[in-house]
Amino acid sequence: MKKKWYDALWIASLAYLALGFFNILFAWLGLLCFFIPLFIAVAKGTKGYCNRYCGRGQLLSLLGGRLGLSRKRDIPRWMRSKVFRYGFLVFFFVMFFQMLWNTYLVFAGAQDLGQVVTLLWTFKVPWQWAYHGTVFHAGVAQFAFGFYGVMLTSTVLGLITMALFKPRSWCVYCPMGTMTQLICRAKNGKPFREESH
Amino acid sequence: MAQERKKRRACVSQGECVACGCCVKVCPVGALEVFRGLYASVSGDRCVGCGRCAGECPASVIGMQEETV
Ligand code: SF4
Ligand code: SF4
Ligand code: SF4
Repeated sequence: MKKKWYDALWIASLAYLALGFFNILFAWLGLLCFFIPLFIAVAKGTKGYCNRYCGRGQLLSLLGGRLGLSRKRDIPRWMRSKVFRYGFLVFFFVMFFQMLWNTYLVFAGAQDLGQVVTLLWTFKVPWQWAYHGTVFHAGVAQFAFGFYGVMLTSTVLGLITMALFKPRSWCVYCPMGTMTQLICRAKNGKPFREESH
Repeated sequence: MAQERKKRRACVSQGECVACGCCVKVCPVGALEVFRGLYASVSGDRCVGCGRCAGECPASVIGMQEETV
């Protein structure tokens, strides 16, 4: 189990979260965590992103595993059920499109830029200290605030379930993980079989 | 005369596996792989039954089974 360069990608995840505290526009970089997994799943038909490159998964492993911040209990059965996993994916998408809609409204001039980061889809945390203006349209900043909220929300949920259950419990219901698995299933057929040997 | 031996090995409940690959990372003998982004599978010959994968699996879908070989 030799360490490879991609085993250090948790540093990138940490840096991403930190940069959002200094300049919200860095939030755009998070799109990589959306497009790379989808690209790998569509092009190669694997969950290569989860299995190798995902820095967030590594960060949770590290905090919950090596640093011992996890109770290491089994996740409740309902949380690993397909109903919950797919339901959470749909919910996540709906909230994501709502965020895109807000961005559109700012682009269209129908709404002012809101310098807040919305946590857990509910709490609006003032975040104006990480905004120093932009040479682009205010909508560009609105997307950054919105997207950073998505990333921070999933990190918070990941940390909570890491503490309560196993370190990488988030990976059970992570929308990107669920979505890439669905893409793989669509591409590779559905050969579900219980192990026979 | 063939002696009856028991062997402990990991067994993945594949229908519930989320294919995250956490188990692959901790297996000391490389007995696990994620098959086409769908589920993890164990190579029965290689598995030494240490149980590390079962402890790591966030969905807790790996069980340890005793088998007669
Ligand atoms: S399930 Fe989500 S958090 Fe876990 S490795 Fe995959 S993309 Fe990363
Ligand atoms: S029980 Fe140990 S050797 Fe067997 S697959 Fe799991 S980690 Fe690998
Ligand atoms: S850790 Fe568990 S859920 Fe993840 S790939 Fe291995 S068996 Fe599947």
